[in-house]
Amino acid sequence: MIDSILHYTSGLLLLLGCFFMLTGAVGLLRFPNFYARMHAAGITDTLATLLVISGLMLTAGWSLALFKLALIMLFIFFTSPTASHALARSAQLSTLKLTYVPAERTQEKDQQAQSRMGSKPGSDIEVETTDGSSV
Amino acid sequence: MELLLDIALLALLLVTAISIAWIKDLFAAAMLAGIYGLLSAGFFMTMGAVDVAFTEAAVGAGISPLLILLTLALCGRYQRPDRNRARLATALVITVGALLISATTDMPFFGDANAPAHVHVAPHYIHQSMSEIGIPNIVTSVLASYRGFDTFGEVVVIFTAGLGVLSLLMETSAQPGRAIVHTQVEQQSRDIVLRVVAKVLIAPIMLYALYVQFHGEYGPGGGFQAGVIFAVGFILYSMVFGLDAARRVASHGLVQVLSATGVLIFGCTGLLSFASGKNFLDYSALAGNSVTGQHIGIIVIELGVGITVASVMIMIAYLFTGQLRNREAELATDRHQEIPAGAPARSTSTMHSLEQGAG
Repeated sequence: MIDSILHYTSGLLLLLGCFFMLTGAVGLLRFPNFYARMHAAGITDTLATLLVISGLMLTAGWSLALFKLALIMLFIFFTSPTASHALARSAQLSTLKLTYVPAERTQEKDQQAQSRMGSKPGSDIEVETTDGSSV
Repeated sequence: MELLLDIALLALLLVTAISIAWIKDLFAAAMLAGIYGLLSAGFFMTMGAVDVAFTEAAVGAGISPLLILLTLALCGRYQRPDRNRARLATALVITVGALLISATTDMPFFGDANAPAHVHVAPHYIHQSMSEIGIPNIVTSVLASYRGFDTFGEVVVIFTAGLGVLSLLMETSAQPGRAIVHTQVEQQSRDIVLRVVAKVLIAPIMLYALYVQFHGEYGPGGGFQAGVIFAVGFILYSMVFGLDAARRVASHGLVQVLSATGVLIFGCTGLLSFASGKNFLDYSALAGNSVTGQHIGIIVIELGVGITVASVMIMIAYLFTGQLRNREAELATDRHQEIPAGAPARSTSTMHSLEQGAG
């Protein structure tokens, strides 16, 4: 009974992890600018890895492998967000800045966007469209 | 399932290799080289060669992209297009590739029991290792004891490579004349998040390196991997906290001395067994019991390997970072009057992605 529950839970977690990894990959390919791509990659990467490793931990049972997987999870929990942070920060320090454009200048654009997307104008931050295709 | 995995891994390897050759942006090529290392590690893993996979993951995916990126930070990100050289290189690659592929037809089939590799000395190693050396990991017993002389050669190669880098880059980084200019970029890159996470992570990385070093007899691992992991921890420290902070922990001179010490430890172990009337690097002479002697010998020479590899890697990183800093200081003093801020931003981004690679 317990075994089959563990089995199915771990399968579900693994599937979810794979799904999030896939969405991250799609986002990485399809999103328009560097920061959006990084967002997709960074968040889904951390979440998907956590899900996959917890799924594996459930199948591992009480063993040394469980402990090692827990350590790997902890390590990724620290390093993956830090890597995304460092990436975004270095982009911010380089030529790929998020620039603050004054509100008056973007008002028209915002209104256009509003009419197109039917949502309220977001922030007055606009991403410079320097292409960071290599990332 | 196994076949599917093999096909996927090999196809990805092929794609990565071609795109490395194709791509103009060397920074991306360095990243792809890291991916290539990781993929080959996965491939070796499916073949059951855990030790090789571990080495490949530590060296191919870990430290070699790091060193390539440090080089790129010094000599620029884009390749100068050279049609003739490209043609020559393509012709060379195609010729060598064709020769290699035609040579594979002479090779025995994969897993063939009568292949020369399986009938020569391998059966002896597999069957006698436990009684002669007495450690569970046969790979370590072959590397460190049966083929100790070859490993000695590898360590000497690494040491020589370190010497080469030292002799090329030493001159300019040794002059302490220029006052250390903390450029704006350098200050900005000392980010609080990076610093805290690095502080948290460096101790486990070092501990893991020691585990790999001394667990090499029982599981995958050994001096090479441990040295590389140790060096990566150290390089992470020097990147986040600055070269000076790292040099306060292990000075340049200390690292140089240590890189020679490892080779000396290895060689002296061999000489010691020489002195007790056995062959060079025959560790059974080191203790009364021959198996105990082998144990001691393997631990000692693995330690030598680890020390040399770690200190050579740290030394190379020191030299490159020193050069990079000199370059940045020059840039800063050159452009100080005209553009006060943010000129050499490229190298910062490199530093950050380096940090990421290390993590």
